[in-house]
Amino acid sequence: MKRIERVNDFVVRFANVNGSGSASANSLFAKVVYRLGVPVSPKNVFPSNIQGLPTWYEVRINDKGYLGRRGGADFIIAVNGQTLRDDFDMVQPGGYFLYDSTKDLPAGFSRDDITVIGIPITQLCNDEFSDNRMRQLMKNIIYIGALAYLLDIGLEPVSDSITKQFAKKPKLAEPNIKALEIGYHYAKEHHTESCGLSIQASDAVGDQILIDGNSGAAMGALYAGATVVGWYPITPSTSVVEAFERFAGRYRLDPDTGKRRYAAIQAEDELAAIGIAIGAGWNGARSFTATSGPGISLMSEFLGLAYFTEIPVVLINVQRSGPSTGMPTRTQQSDLLACAYASHGDTRNVLLFPSDPRECFDMTADAFDLADRLQTPVIVMSDLDLGMNDHLCAPFSWDDQRRYDRGKVLSGKELDQLERKWGRYLDIDKDGICYRTLPGAHPDKGAYTTRGTSHNEYAAYTEGSAAYERGMNRLLNKWETARRLVPLPEVVIRDKQKKLGAFFFGSTTASAIEALDRLEESGIAVNSMRIKAFPFQAEVFDFISEHELVFAIEQNRDCQMQILLAGECLVAPGKMMPVTNFNGLPITARIITNQVHTTLLSREKSFISPAPIAQEETS
Amino acid sequence: MSYERPKFRHPEAQKNKLGYTRKAYEGAISTLCAGCGHDSIVSSIITAFFEMSIEPHKVAKLSGIGCSSKTPAYFLGRSHGFNSVHGRMPSVATGANMANKDLIYLGVSGDGDTASIGMGQFAHVVRRNLNMIYIVMNNGCYGLTKGQDSATADKGSKSRKGAPVSFESIDLCELAILLGADFVARGFSGDKKQLLPMLKAAISHKGMAFVDVISPCVTFNNAPTSTKSYSWVRDHMEATATFDFIPLQQEILTEYDHGSTIPVSLHDGSVITLHKREDKEIITNKKDAINSLEEAKARDQILTGILYLKPDSEDFHDINQTTDTPLNQLTEKELCPGDEVLQAFNDSMR
Repeated sequence: MKRIERVNDFVVRFANVNGSGSASANSLFAKVVYRLGVPVSPKNVFPSNIQGLPTWYEVRINDKGYLGRRGGADFIIAVNGQTLRDDFDMVQPGGYFLYDSTKDLPAGFSRDDITVIGIPITQLCNDEFSDNRMRQLMKNIIYIGALAYLLDIGLEPVSDSITKQFAKKPKLAEPNIKALEIGYHYAKEHHTESCGLSIQASDAVGDQILIDGNSGAAMGALYAGATVVGWYPITPSTSVVEAFERFAGRYRLDPDTGKRRYAAIQAEDELAAIGIAIGAGWNGARSFTATSGPGISLMSEFLGLAYFTEIPVVLINVQRSGPSTGMPTRTQQSDLLACAYASHGDTRNVLLFPSDPRECFDMTADAFDLADRLQTPVIVMSDLDLGMNDHLCAPFSWDDQRRYDRGKVLSGKELDQLERKWGRYLDIDKDGICYRTLPGAHPDKGAYTTRGTSHNEYAAYTEGSAAYERGMNRLLNKWETARRLVPLPEVVIRDKQKKLGAFFFGSTTASAIEALDRLEESGIAVNSMRIKAFPFQAEVFDFISEHELVFAIEQNRDCQMQILLAGECLVAPGKMMPVTNFNGLPITARIITNQVHTTLLSREKSFISPAPIAQEETS
Repeated sequence: MSYERPKFRHPEAQKNKLGYTRKAYEGAISTLCAGCGHDSIVSSIITAFFEMSIEPHKVAKLSGIGCSSKTPAYFLGRSHGFNSVHGRMPSVATGANMANKDLIYLGVSGDGDTASIGMGQFAHVVRRNLNMIYIVMNNGCYGLTKGQDSATADKGSKSRKGAPVSFESIDLCELAILLGADFVARGFSGDKKQLLPMLKAAISHKGMAFVDVISPCVTFNNAPTSTKSYSWVRDHMEATATFDFIPLQQEILTEYDHGSTIPVSLHDGSVITLHKREDKEIITNKKDAINSLEEAKARDQILTGILYLKPDSEDFHDINQTTDTPLNQLTEKELCPGDEVLQAFNDSMR
């Protein structure tokens, strides 16, 4: 048997039972790797369940910083009896299988291509701890202790992290450190030299932080000055608002009175959630809501109202697998079309596509400026993988000179200074954006009725075709203004002849870049464009038209970005080739390279230069 | 009803404390049917705000969809209005109120807008005890779509089309009491004498003030067999303890016999004096309020008046502990913690 022997480049997978306290132990492991300066990417694969069903925690460790999901596992810690067989079978050849040897492996568990490491976790735990809850929790720490030995991490980095975690409650650190030592010493005594995988301290992490996208979005909203949030619990967006409330509780209390400078309202449903956000936006507060697919469906009517009446509002959509309830705890990028044109009639909404938590922070903050400037809904398109998993990203930063762009809002004083009659929907500046007023601004000027029915330039109800058309065309003019304000795509040219191109967006980015690097190594240079926003700019159209063939890399079945582009850019049929993954797990570089190869082989061979195809890697 | 409103006003028209005439509280010309009960309610709303000397621009009007929801255009033309989507006025009002606690929020809805499509939002805005006046103009039918029965139409009663209503009717007042509203009243559009002080008391109340006004639909639901018709309501209306509303500004001169009146102080210091009747229970007891409603129903009566009142109500801002400055007036200085805090946050993630 050829053991897998690698330093700082492998995948560890924990197979646990939901609700057993494994999550904090497993994230402790990821944190320790991060603190050793080694790039790490943990992904939680969890069921729609609170207790009892299987859950996995997949940690990719990669010194080069390729942190998209790799697929496969080189080392599996199997502590869930329900999935023992599957976990045993899925260890990569040459890999390692750690199990609780208090009970022997059932008959038939034999593979001669992997290393089986038995640690009597339950036995060790029961010998040390008498309390039942403690026994359950400390089992998790015991296997972390074993890993600390097997992966050459050592005791200290882990015990340091434990001490830090329990800095405020040192009493709780004691049993954890005890359990850690038990696991470590057992592995050291019984499994010397058993494992060829190793973690060595590195400086590859630099100043990056390890954080989830939902926390990034929440912090972005806080920094952007959001004060009103209406929300309804739905996985995977719930933690956006939970984090916002946590941050606001820390940074948004009046220092003198302790009173709140925010209002977070858990609504009765998603309709009310966005209704609250829109009501607040109408009344001049920065407001937002966060939801996922089913919530988007419910919010569609209100999105149309905000589009047509021109009210700023920010929506953070943490996408999950649809349709319908779909797979609520699995990821996808499948709400593009639903969001781009959400609501009946000719509605279109501004979308932003963050690719890591830092961008969740930046783009959410920018979304508030854009919404105020454009007086329209802005939707931040995150997803479960980006939102709920920790990712390595640049640290957050804020320019203290930055001022909120509250857009065209007339104060009472400004109303008094107007020389001509004010009209809520008069396009004075010819950018499609009109001047609005807030309730209470002036005793007898600037009042109007906001209505979802058609209205003229002075906000009066009208069924006149000409006035209706003028309004709808002006909204298109505003859309052109939006096109100039949203972020440009990020283009990387690897081949100046521009034969092959690929576009991707959001959480697909990490795997896409890794895939394109691998393709380049094998002689296939593919230029890339990371789309950051909708509406698309000329740069997006140009990229597609300049390339002979463009791969559309996305995480949905129907190639929704491709459909959006084809419709908006009038792209010739056959120019874009889909590279998709919609199984609910984050896309991998291997999925991308495989599909690219398949497409190229079925088309002209001329796209491929004679360089050898890269060696097969782990699946 | 559409007609030209004369622009001429008597030069000595009465002015309120702000120096405004009633005109400052009017809106656009109504486009509802002639004789619509809603127009009478509109008139009482105008009078209430005028007589209470409330600055019109300090009021925000919100509504859903339907005949009733069109009416905010017909009063308080100097106030901002928001004619939102069907059944969703309560959530929009919630957001608006959160953004600026200093304005008066007047929600107008109908029986379809509240008791059917908007039932969920109605229930929850009441439960939140949002500081607002929530008026339902209740005609028991869908006027704008030509007279279909609504969920408040009484079981067995006949609309213009003649078929008796098959389903149990929803009593919004009873529901509001159960859901925790601390001010619940029912009026009749044809009885301004009662409606006007009722609206004034609702405006003075802090927290959710729910007012259900029976308002006959002259076009689709005014047949004598309908329990929402002018004639039926007049014949079957029974008032709870009658009351007067005394605003704070007015000195309370008790012209009532102390033995038969009960003063109830509202949050802003104004007072409702209830004229107690021997056979009536005090409306500040929730259980009695529900009983009175049910007993009246058993006698085939519609109970009107202030049905339930808890004067020391805690509104949603109290519960949320919202800061005193309206949230929409806070700036970067109060809202943005700055880069230093962010760098410390980054460190805490390391």
